Amino acid sequence: MTLRFRHIRDYAVRAVLVLCTVCLVAPLLVIIGYVLVNGISALTPAFFTEELGSPARAMQGRPTGLFHSIVGTVVIDLLALSFAAPVGMGAGIMLSEYSENPLNGPIRILTGTLNGMPAILMGLLAFSLVVRPTGRFSAVAGSVALAFVMVPIIARSVESVLRTTPWSLREVGLALGLPRWRVIVSTVLPAARSGILTGVLIAFARAAGEAAPLLFTSFGQNYLNLDIRRPMDTLPQRLYSLAISPYQEWHAMGWAAAIVLLLFVMACFLAARALSRAHGGRDA
Amino acid sequence: MKANRAASGQSGEACAASPRRIVPHAIYRRLGDRVFGALVLVLGSSIALLTVAMGLVLYRQGGAPIVRDGFFGFLFQTTWNPVTGEHGAWPFVVGTLITSFGALSIAFLPAIAVGIFSAEYAPRRVAAAINYLVDLLAAVPSVVIGIWGIFVFAPWMRDTFYMPAFYWARESAAWLLPVLGTPTSYNILTATLLLALMITPYTVALTRDAVRMVPREQREAAQALGSTHWEMIRMSVLPYARGGIVAGVVLSLARALGETMVVAMLIGNSNRLPYTLFGPAANMPSVIANEFREAVEPTHVTALMAVGFYLFLITFAVNLIAAYIQKRLNVGGRIL
Amino acid sequence: MMSLAAVQSVPTNNVAVRGGASSGQPVVQEQTAGTPAHGAHPRLETRALSVRYGGGAVGVADITMPVHANRVTALIGPSGCGKTTYLRALNRMHDLTPGAHVSGQVLLDGEDIYGPGVDPIVVRRRIGMVFQKPSPFPTMSIYDNVVAGLKLVGVRKRSVLDGVAERSLRQAGLWDEVKDRLKTGGRDLSGGQQQRLSIARALAVEPDVLLMDEPTSSLDPKSTGHIEELMVELKKEVTLVIVTHNMQQAARLSDYTAFFYLGALIELGPTSRIFEAPAEERTAEYISGRFG
Repeated sequence: MTLRFRHIRDYAVRAVLVLCTVCLVAPLLVIIGYVLVNGISALTPAFFTEELGSPARAMQGRPTGLFHSIVGTVVIDLLALSFAAPVGMGAGIMLSEYSENPLNGPIRILTGTLNGMPAILMGLLAFSLVVRPTGRFSAVAGSVALAFVMVPIIARSVESVLRTTPWSLREVGLALGLPRWRVIVSTVLPAARSGILTGVLIAFARAAGEAAPLLFTSFGQNYLNLDIRRPMDTLPQRLYSLAISPYQEWHAMGWAAAIVLLLFVMACFLAARALSRAHGGRDA
Repeated sequence: MKANRAASGQSGEACAASPRRIVPHAIYRRLGDRVFGALVLVLGSSIALLTVAMGLVLYRQGGAPIVRDGFFGFLFQTTWNPVTGEHGAWPFVVGTLITSFGALSIAFLPAIAVGIFSAEYAPRRVAAAINYLVDLLAAVPSVVIGIWGIFVFAPWMRDTFYMPAFYWARESAAWLLPVLGTPTSYNILTATLLLALMITPYTVALTRDAVRMVPREQREAAQALGSTHWEMIRMSVLPYARGGIVAGVVLSLARALGETMVVAMLIGNSNRLPYTLFGPAANMPSVIANEFREAVEPTHVTALMAVGFYLFLITFAVNLIAAYIQKRLNVGGRIL
Repeated sequence: MMSLAAVQSVPTNNVAVRGGASSGQPVVQEQTAGTPAHGAHPRLETRALSVRYGGGAVGVADITMPVHANRVTALIGPSGCGKTTYLRALNRMHDLTPGAHVSGQVLLDGEDIYGPGVDPIVVRRRIGMVFQKPSPFPTMSIYDNVVAGLKLVGVRKRSVLDGVAERSLRQAGLWDEVKDRLKTGGRDLSGGQQQRLSIARALAVEPDVLLMDEPTSSLDPKSTGHIEELMVELKKEVTLVIVTHNMQQAARLSDYTAFFYLGALIELGPTSRIFEAPAEERTAEYISGRFG
């Protein structure tokens, strides 16, 4: 095996790796490009102010929009976050701070497993637990399903953030005679504040893009509704319905929904990045 | 001190003054720790319970056809016809196996390559850009990729590849036709390709993290022997990082098994076996997404729940395997 | 003599020839036939060698010193004095540190290893390195660890590999302890054994020079003793440069000692002279333990 061969092989491997990277990144850029171009041309002021209504409304050229879906998304996602944040944070604290507890190992494994569960199953679970007993599709059911998606993500990121806070922080508090829970609540959690917020934001963005759990929980509808006990529309699930609908006007609106959804998720993502960078910067 | 007061729930002035305060103080402290510990334990356990509950609920809701036909009877039953009330999971199991393993076999090598490139070769700024884009790819909602697939990717693939390939096969390789099938816009190959794109971020991220964890002395030991960069990676980096890499691949498989919307939008929804590459098909998540809303017959709903139960079992197993591999194959300490 | 810029190497031949000559006479002598054969000629020499890191920090500045063949040269000095930086410049390990910049010359048998067309991979084969932390390759057996360097250049012949493995492990004083379990994992060994395995691995490719960066600092006293004995043995075959924090160690086993301080070479001389009659005030202070 000559040295020349070894060097050529080294270059060849590098070339293959670059090629693979391009092959992965290029489709993403193409997708984003298409969504931006098609989405911007389909966006109208009415998109943000009008309800969808019946297909006839779009075909007759009357103003329609997804105002009701945007409102529904905000309501359902915030409600889901209010369910998920306490549970996820509690679980994260449990995993990080009470590592001597014998249940810690199993809980960690099951949290990871839940994180890997298909979102559509979260929908089936929420359907069985909320829609079946109450007898109807509702925004609450959708929130519960999305909360199932958020909880393990929040738990894992809270755990990993708490683990990176220095142990001395706890020792200082404990040495002052503070009880353990006090140390956690008033020293450890504040120190990890921005990291926790980052994790919550990532979980929120992830859930905000999910359509599968909402299909048969919050179900969706064409008109504005603020009653959380009744079906409510959301952007991801509406985007799906528009895309598979037979109406061209609705297809265009689907692209508009796509750009709004994409920009929203990217904004959350950027905010999370900025937060974690600010956090990392302060630590360093 | 201030915290002490709050902890004991007592008014604070006396706290420092009288040593007798130590006694009630300690009781309150223990009480506070008990309450907090119990609360946190309950919240933590609720996640664990949720996972278990998912399996139980799905079985309770969808157990009827499984009980009637037997675990494997329902699994291997090939007819799914809601109109006649015949329900068998086999078409969707086959669809799931094809889409997920197909996507995995397309994606895993390039994904590992990207992880290695970003952690080993790329200059810092390029690596940051790659990581950013890969994380972004994981964050893009699947319905967004789905709408692009429906209106751009699927028609383009049909006109550019499927039709020419089909015509060519009809002329000169007729034996391929049963595999290829007649091209339709929405088919199993299109769905699998987009699925492959969507699962790469998980392998990339875990590979990248595992490669970064390789200690410096490991790399330098190989380099001091006169290895090229790639030989160094082969000799010390990959063996060291293999736990994280394999776990990443298995987690990607779990994602591929459960990813719903892109497949539901692009696979074409046909439960008629045998499937062909260019023809429509269905898999377990996609049939639930596409039929559950419209399911009227109780037996139909139950059968879809049963399909969900099988999906639960498969993903549960795959996730446990990933956790085990990560623990077992790790060399020298924690990865992730 | 093998040129550093060689595009091709014929390792199998190389091993065979050099392996055959390895009894008694140092291998090095044959290789450098033509250079004057008196006791201590410089095998390695640095001229005005400087290493700068990104951001302008100076690692070492303007080091000119010889390293004599078949001798142990110890580099001593307080932490951060640049001795490790200097050592790593000797086989181009800085190539891999982003932002590090090396200037000046490092001559190996008169040839600049930083010269144009010189392949760092060939340089590192001739100038091996052992690190502070033992670093057996994971997932490789003891045997595979030892012959890893040979396999790199395509040596596959079982008999050759077996021979090299035994010779290297014997040189590293590890053969008797592991000969019955060559196929077990290298990470199952104790720390001291792992470090000797790392040494055996470095020796297997028959380097001319072996650089050791605090090779005993993570080991217990008994293992340290093993490795020190080993170094005295090894200098028959190779030229050794060691970085050490331990002045007794430098005094015990080195022939030459170089004292580094704040990135500069303060003093270099025969070890006995340096320790008994240092010429420089700072050397005297360091050796007597007044700082560092």
